[in-house]
Amino acid sequence: MNFDDTPQEAEFRSLARKWVEANAPKEFEAELSKSSLGRIKLAKHDMVEVGKAWQKKKAESGWACLHWPKEYGGRGATPIERVIWQQEEGVYGKLTQPFQIGEGMCGPTVMAWGSEDAKRRYLPKLASGEEIWCQLFSEPSAGSDVAGLRTRAEKKGDNWVVNGQKIWTSGAHYSDYGLLIARTDPNVPKHKGLTMFFLDMKSPGVEVRPIKQANGMQEFNEVYFTDVVIPDSQRLGAVGEGWNVSLTTLMNERMSIGARLATGVPEMFEFCSNLMLEDGLAIDDPAVRSKLASWAVKSSGLKYTSYRAISALSKGERPGPENSIGKLVSGMMLQDIATYAMDLQGAAGALTGDSEELVHGQFQQMLLSSPSMRIAGGTDEILRNIIAERVLGLPGDIRVDKDVPYNKIPTKGR
Amino acid sequence: MNFDFSDEQKQMRDEARKFLAEQCPPKAVREVLDGKAPYDKALWKGLAEMGFLGVAIPEAFGGAGAGHLELCVIAEEMGRALAPVPFSSTVYLAAEAILIAGSEAQKQKWLPKIASGDAIGTLALFEGKGNPSPKAINVSANGGMLNGVKKPVADGAIADFAVVAARTGNSGRESDISLFIVDLKAGGVEVKPLTNIDPTRGQAEISFKDAKAEPLGAAGEGWSVITQVLDRAAVLMAFEQVGGADRALEMGRDYALDRIAFGRPIGSFQAVKHMLADMYVSATLARSNCYYGAWALSTNAGELPEAAAAARISATQAFQHCAKNNIQVHGGMGFTWEFDCHMYYRRANAVAVGLGSLSYWEDALIDRMRKKNAA
Repeated sequence: MNFDDTPQEAEFRSLARKWVEANAPKEFEAELSKSSLGRIKLAKHDMVEVGKAWQKKKAESGWACLHWPKEYGGRGATPIERVIWQQEEGVYGKLTQPFQIGEGMCGPTVMAWGSEDAKRRYLPKLASGEEIWCQLFSEPSAGSDVAGLRTRAEKKGDNWVVNGQKIWTSGAHYSDYGLLIARTDPNVPKHKGLTMFFLDMKSPGVEVRPIKQANGMQEFNEVYFTDVVIPDSQRLGAVGEGWNVSLTTLMNERMSIGARLATGVPEMFEFCSNLMLEDGLAIDDPAVRSKLASWAVKSSGLKYTSYRAISALSKGERPGPENSIGKLVSGMMLQDIATYAMDLQGAAGALTGDSEELVHGQFQQMLLSSPSMRIAGGTDEILRNIIAERVLGLPGDIRVDKDVPYNKIPTKGR
Repeated sequence: MNFDFSDEQKQMRDEARKFLAEQCPPKAVREVLDGKAPYDKALWKGLAEMGFLGVAIPEAFGGAGAGHLELCVIAEEMGRALAPVPFSSTVYLAAEAILIAGSEAQKQKWLPKIASGDAIGTLALFEGKGNPSPKAINVSANGGMLNGVKKPVADGAIADFAVVAARTGNSGRESDISLFIVDLKAGGVEVKPLTNIDPTRGQAEISFKDAKAEPLGAAGEGWSVITQVLDRAAVLMAFEQVGGADRALEMGRDYALDRIAFGRPIGSFQAVKHMLADMYVSATLARSNCYYGAWALSTNAGELPEAAAAARISATQAFQHCAKNNIQVHGGMGFTWEFDCHMYYRRANAVAVGLGSLSYWEDALIDRMRKKNAA
């Protein structure tokens, strides 16, 4: 048992470290190093532009999407090399945020289901950040039950005509392409009538509208489709095969080993170490200590769980299912920590962003944002279902709509 | 990075699991639970023959000299099987104290007997309610004689010897505390068994009246040794707890698959599935923290105090959580004496307080994290 690299890994790490050292945009290091419990913002620069420049530089030297094959813009790196790269890229990895959906979900789907021509045309530009991709799955009444989606694609000659609405699309406003799942046959049970496409986000009839979120920010979009034409050559997988294709995408979403999950624990530890209560520092209070300790062991537990997965990759093995707990644990913890940090401040806990405050509204913002951590990318409930069914082998829920044609399923709500 | 046990260590775990499945089925645990024996003597002998009692004891002192990672995988299996033997008292506490502080002669005297199963040892630390603290120690040592009362002492009624923490000064500092080895079969020692929530692991009160005591380690260094022993034992006990948590989770899962209600397996209801998923999450977090503890223990790393506290907290929470919800998944049947659920519930809650309770370790973790942050 050790934390050491193998000789090959050490060599690769040294190569990566030297390259980052020589090429990273150091002018942003301080800003990127700051705690980022929410989205990353750069004070004087556009995040997407800075990100694109970094991604392009990486691609030119073979450090973008490095686990992809070389002919599609990658480096043919092993899974463990990808993890080592992420570690060495460090804070600059935060600049890759606009490309993560493309690299993590859209790219792998095109790789698995696209034609050779499509792969050669689209993947290298996705890898280099020249073209940004977004993912168009969720709808107002199809979130956890994504197979219940309503957006229609109808065949007209060699083209498909799309009408409908998607929601919670990160980056739709700056994306060049989108991965779209739509209903092509409403007369068969819901999972069987879906088909996957990709489309140019600048196509006529595509309208992107930002969503004002519960926390007051605008990070996601609604995307409306009105008679949008997609050539049949941009279909991924067979007609009616969309559900299977989407599983490739979603599986990749949950495979992100070594991903940086914010837990709020270091911030909370520092906060309690400095907050003066009536009887002394908060961290000297037994009740505070007890909560802090419980959070700290969850956070360290997540860290060492990812180490176990990395070790499996290092040995060339497939990591076990342990990593599936990450988002479930960290999402709830962020919310609990934010709530408690405010509790410790008494009535002043409700105030946001005052220079007199210890942390300038950090936990208040975290409180308002944290509900989304427990919903986006699989709700807590869906994640528990996944653990129960795929890890523990418990039966799936009884699905009352399983064999019912889609257009006979009762619908309500959004 | 190789943050995992080796193939040989995993093989040893499999051997231990197989051995315990044969030699320590729930029926054997129940013999002790029902008071038919104070501990499972045959199992104890078998563990000695398998080399498990001395796995971390150097060969020079009659052990297998394998190491602490090996001891961790065995500890996990002991917890999983609820082995009703004085393994933790003898191996994690008494043997570790002697390995840290013992003279050559003391090591030669006691360690081979521990490895061969001929001596049961324990640590006599607590004196009534409360967590480990030098201030709580009133048993006194004067001129090689001990006086006072220790309770509870794990396995005190079946132990041959005890490592006893006693007061040798009154300066109000940690250096007032020294350690002694006491032969519990000698004069001046009175042992009284105490009832406790987990009868498969005995507790006792030990009274010393001018009992002969041999110093273990230097005078005044007792508390420093106790702290080290507790940290090391915390990691090992955490593996037992993770083993127990995993087994309780499996029992709950198996029952949820088997039991039909409302015309379907209860494991298809989300309320039940989610409870089991949460048990898996606790057990997984605990296991990962334990692995880090195992690394720190086996390498004697400077991180051991923090790693031990984290492993202990996480594993205590996981075992309590899994044992409690295993009963809940079983419903009424889980509350019968006949089903084994309560044995895990008893063990989970007894070991949760046995080495210092959750709040003690939470406190310790925060102190240690602060120290690290300050450094």
